[in-house]
Amino acid sequence: MLRTEDIQINMGPQHPATHGVLRLELKIDGEVIVEATPHIGYLHRGIEKIAENRTYTQIIPLTDRLDYTVSMVNNWVYASAVEKLAGISVPERAEYIRVIMAELNRIVSHLVTTGVNGMDAGAFTIWFYCIRDRELLWDLFEMVCGARLTHNYIRFGGVSYDLPDGFKEKTVELCEYLRKKTDEYEDLLLKNYIFQKRNKGIGMLSKEDAIAHGVTGPTLRASSVNWDLRKNAPYSIYNRFDFEVPLGESGDNWDRAKVRLDEIRQSIRIIRQALNSMPGGEFKTPGVPRTLKPEPGEAYSRIEGPRGEYGVYVVSDGSAKPLRWKFRSAGFSNISVLPLILKGLKIPDAALVIGALDPCFGEVDR
Amino acid sequence: MIKNIHQLDKAIEDVKKKYSNKILDIREADSEHIIQIEPAILLEITQDLKNAGYNQLSFVTAVDNNDKFALVYGIFSTYGKDGILLKVDIPRDKPEIGSVTSIWPAANWHEREVFDLFGIDFTDHPDLRRIFLPGDWEGHPLRKDFTHPNMVRRPDHY
Repeated sequence: MLRTEDIQINMGPQHPATHGVLRLELKIDGEVIVEATPHIGYLHRGIEKIAENRTYTQIIPLTDRLDYTVSMVNNWVYASAVEKLAGISVPERAEYIRVIMAELNRIVSHLVTTGVNGMDAGAFTIWFYCIRDRELLWDLFEMVCGARLTHNYIRFGGVSYDLPDGFKEKTVELCEYLRKKTDEYEDLLLKNYIFQKRNKGIGMLSKEDAIAHGVTGPTLRASSVNWDLRKNAPYSIYNRFDFEVPLGESGDNWDRAKVRLDEIRQSIRIIRQALNSMPGGEFKTPGVPRTLKPEPGEAYSRIEGPRGEYGVYVVSDGSAKPLRWKFRSAGFSNISVLPLILKGLKIPDAALVIGALDPCFGEVDR
Repeated sequence: MIKNIHQLDKAIEDVKKKYSNKILDIREADSEHIIQIEPAILLEITQDLKNAGYNQLSFVTAVDNNDKFALVYGIFSTYGKDGILLKVDIPRDKPEIGSVTSIWPAANWHEREVFDLFGIDFTDHPDLRRIFLPGDWEGHPLRKDFTHPNMVRRPDHY
């Protein structure tokens, strides 16, 4: 007698399309996913436990390795929490430098995700174009701090080195180049018929579900929730810049790709304005001790990273090491919606959805 | 109903009046209200806050002060920029508390993380199992009394 049954397969931690170490346990009926359970923890390094055994300054290189594609942003959110805790102020020039570095990091991350979205759907050219542009941005970071990926640049009370000569001209040139390239990538990828067919209507996430599951960042804005910390809860000097927050309409994969490309354009606007109005002066508050011993207390600080809301909660007991150090990671909450949105999709669509949600497992697993 | 920042502030006043004797401490940090409550009212006060417009549960974590665990809930809203850090103290020898998964589904994975790393039991959680460590791992690493032969205490000052 003929009968059908559901098969349980593993889209295992080693897989070219899961963008990191994610194990998806799928229950499938033919090629349609009936149930999906994500398993994480393959990159768990115990950073929060390590941080309890390091001084405050020694934790800065650890934060580089959390969301390793955007080290400046991780450093900034941690420095901002400790500055709140210890009452350290930041000079104007350092704020401008931090904003420029964070926006450059945002462009890097969104370029990589755009390339990945194309590569998942089978378009390899866009991936190589985006990686080529990322090399040019990494040249800028190497000028500033000597490292391409794990920057370790932000310090309590400012930044560690001033901008070198020639940085401003090179950045302005690169911004002009990237502005043209973004238009080219939109033509190449987002207007491509095959990309649209594979992404429109896939991975729909409604407004209410997105907010209820703690989703933040471009994924939330693609579900047409107008929430960007740079505009709605401004931190640092973002209220001085003129930029827009792109929103999607239907919350599918195509909207997420579109929102990210539009955010690259807005980041270029912010960088230009910051470079034009950057004052001179100190790049770091003098007098911050190398072994910082803040007063007992706690502080929470959050900023808008490329993947969503990053936050650091730090508790001090008066000694040179923190009592507790917690990192609120955007990817952790973003991929918790996978069981919800993968139902009814086919297996190749699962790869596209994970790429569009854009987790970075360094921060998901910590 | 249009929700704005004034209604969010009013929600804090309302819960202050409603739970006056069970709230142990309220103070204002930079842009967060830090509210210390007794464990018994956790589910009710979080339901009231959610109804008033605090719809984002950003994180759930715990701090191991050596004589007790302090649970911290980071509650924010898409209607305004202020947030609440809700703190609950639970005893170290019997660490359990109700789960808020029925109020914010985001709490599912956050509470699993706290269970995994601290060993705090969340009653009525739909799926309480380890999330980072393998299923057969013994011990709860972020507790202060967790040791491992490879762990070396580094100097406290340089």
